[in-house]
Amino acid sequence: MSLLLDAILALLVLAAAVRVAAGGDGFARVVAFMGVGLLLGLIWVRLAAVDVALTEVAVGSGITGLVLLQAAADAPLTREREVGLLYHLCAGMVGLVVFAALAVVVLLLPDPAPSLAPDVVRALPATDLGNPVTGVLLVFRALDTLLETMVLLVALIGVWSLSPDRHWRRAPAPLWPAPPSGALDFLARVLVPIGALVGIYMFWAGADVPGGAFQGGAVLAAMALMAMMAGLSPVPAIGGAGLRLAVLAGPFAFLGVGIAGWFLAGAFLDYPEGFEKTVIIAVEVAITVSIAVTLALLVLGPPMGRKA
Amino acid sequence: MSAPVLFGLLGAALSAVGVYGLMVGRDALARILAFNLLGGGVFLVFGAVARRGAGAGFAADPVPQALVITGIVVAFSATALAVALLKRLAALRARPGAAPAKVAGAQAEGTKGRVQPGGDA
Repeated sequence: MSLLLDAILALLVLAAAVRVAAGGDGFARVVAFMGVGLLLGLIWVRLAAVDVALTEVAVGSGITGLVLLQAAADAPLTREREVGLLYHLCAGMVGLVVFAALAVVVLLLPDPAPSLAPDVVRALPATDLGNPVTGVLLVFRALDTLLETMVLLVALIGVWSLSPDRHWRRAPAPLWPAPPSGALDFLARVLVPIGALVGIYMFWAGADVPGGAFQGGAVLAAMALMAMMAGLSPVPAIGGAGLRLAVLAGPFAFLGVGIAGWFLAGAFLDYPEGFEKTVIIAVEVAITVSIAVTLALLVLGPPMGRKA
Repeated sequence: MSAPVLFGLLGAALSAVGVYGLMVGRDALARILAFNLLGGGVFLVFGAVARRGAGAGFAADPVPQALVITGIVVAFSATALAVALLKRLAALRARPGAAPAKVAGAQAEGTKGRVQPGGDA
């Protein structure tokens, strides 16, 4: 019975994905893509990966969708090339080969499955964390997460560098050009405080149950964007010292902890014994702030000339 | 067929749709969308591997899960940068007088600098 539900879910994802790839109206394709993201979130829950489900829905579908919707508004300007039937057939063949290769890999996975779960169980008590995924992200594979925060920072620098010189240090264009309506204003006033609470809770609870810095940060970013869309809060100028500090706090606090690990614990990104939980929470607070601010700024895009 | 195998195969299918879309996408937005579908498919294969690696009291191996969370955020960063480039390109093309010299009669493929409808006439 549950396999039937899983199969229906899989078919829905596939249908929506085909709609995304089928072409046509940019707006419809982006909405179909956001649908794929939400359905994938359900599939991640079925795969017992609730942390990933939250990330997929918040970042992969929600915030990515917001960025893509902005691109869809420009889509009529971007039509570039036409391809022939033969090319379509060749592309279809390549797609089939990719499917066949991955399907063989999936069907021939070794049994019993190799797993790092026992290693995580053995090492997790030392971190005082209850959520193994948070343990992997912030302790066992902390280097990945450090580099990931750096990737976000570099992406933001890349986006900002697309602004013409004369607009540098000014504010990005507002997401919503029309004056805010009463309904949007009301929604933002009700939703933003609740959403901010949810975001902070997701970050805080992430130590022991599904959640964490990325999921919580994404919800906080969405709430900030909502407040800006409703005109409750101005779009910040990118030259502000506070804003830049918030963007840099996470990656550089994490890097600082990593370097301190050399002196205090004998290895890069090693946490001093007895203070693991304290250091982990301090790093998590810093990266949550940076992730929330960076995600929101990535959605807002490069500065566009308005003085803040 | 078990759920991890089913969703692993779905991941393979999503990857295939993504590769196909990347190849035939007619505009930059189509290719950005296809790139994200491809990523989603690869992540799902990771998810199947993680679920199969359940053990030691966990319903799924936490290491691949953490890698996927990292991957989703990195994919978003790449998407945001790509969309910013796309919008900047559109703004440059829409600007009057920004038409490159080789625009005249540009119907052939690969004319990246082609001026857009509105500036074309």
